[in-house]
Amino acid sequence: MKEKFSLSLMPYGEIAELGSAERIKKILNLVLAGKVIVLQGQLKSEEESRLIEDTMALIGHVKGFKGIELAVLENKEEGFGAKFKNGMARVLIGQRNALTVIGPANVVKEIKRNPKKIEVLLK
Amino acid sequence: MGIFSFTKKIFSKLFKGKKKIKLGFYGPPNAGKTSLANRICEDWLGEDLGKASNIPHETRTVQFKEEVIIKKGSKELNFKLVDTPGIATKIDYEDFLKFGMGKSEAQKRAKEATHGVIEAIKWLDDMDAVVVVLDSSQNPYSQVNITIIGNLAARNVPVLIAANKIDLRKSDLRKVEAAFPEYDVIGISVKDGTNMEEFYESLFKLVKKVK
Repeated sequence: MKEKFSLSLMPYGEIAELGSAERIKKILNLVLAGKVIVLQGQLKSEEESRLIEDTMALIGHVKGFKGIELAVLENKEEGFGAKFKNGMARVLIGQRNALTVIGPANVVKEIKRNPKKIEVLLK
Repeated sequence: MGIFSFTKKIFSKLFKGKKKIKLGFYGPPNAGKTSLANRICEDWLGEDLGKASNIPHETRTVQFKEEVIIKKGSKELNFKLVDTPGIATKIDYEDFLKFGMGKSEAQKRAKEATHGVIEAIKWLDDMDAVVVVLDSSQNPYSQVNITIIGNLAARNVPVLIAANKIDLRKSDLRKVEAAFPEYDVIGISVKDGTNMEEFYESLFKLVKKVK
């Protein structure tokens, strides 16, 4: 049976005040509900690895769950000025200058990321 | 500070220069981590480390070689080699059925593979330097690659990217270099031995960066 596709747009404000564990829990709850999340911003690298660990821990314990597809599109501007501006923005308002797409592997076949675009291929 | 931790600190300072480096091999499944680790062990120890195959998640537990010594002229590099299971974001037992496995064997393999990914991530904390092994014929922008390298950067762990399988027609070394411009990338083919000498030279440079 074909899985239903449901998209959830998540502004950064929804996770900005949460700790790492809560952020991951919120994301995984949506993914387990079959939703593909488009998150404004991105997780910290240690949160991404924690997300992978928690995903692995769920495989085999949640019926039909096979893991996630994940891709991040960063707006990487070159040059010292841009890096400084981005660094300051990250400190002041968080890591918002990116888009993260996360979806359940039983719904999303593949998320292809090339330097400047993301393609979501459904099953 | 307790007497034990004080003594430990003094001893660790005394023996800092003699500390053996833990060199990790990380990357996605099927990039050739174990094949590269085997090649190093064969070249310098005359023995294999583990079994490599074209079935994903062949390595499902962390494997070690306690002491590998590489010599280059008068220089010598002594390290503990740590080969880790491939890191993935999804594991489906049905993928293993295509390789002729029975359902229960495939499910067992999938379960072990999920544990292997968790174990590999946990080991990130213990590495002094890491060789990230990628398949140069695959898209380097996979988030698994970026997450591994991002985690190592956050821990200030020096990284060398070994872009393996340059013998394949689809291999695109420039794409790997463009994806990770801040890192040293060496194109190799473990299969036919291309650039292995250069790879060993890069290892010396990598270990020099360990603080």
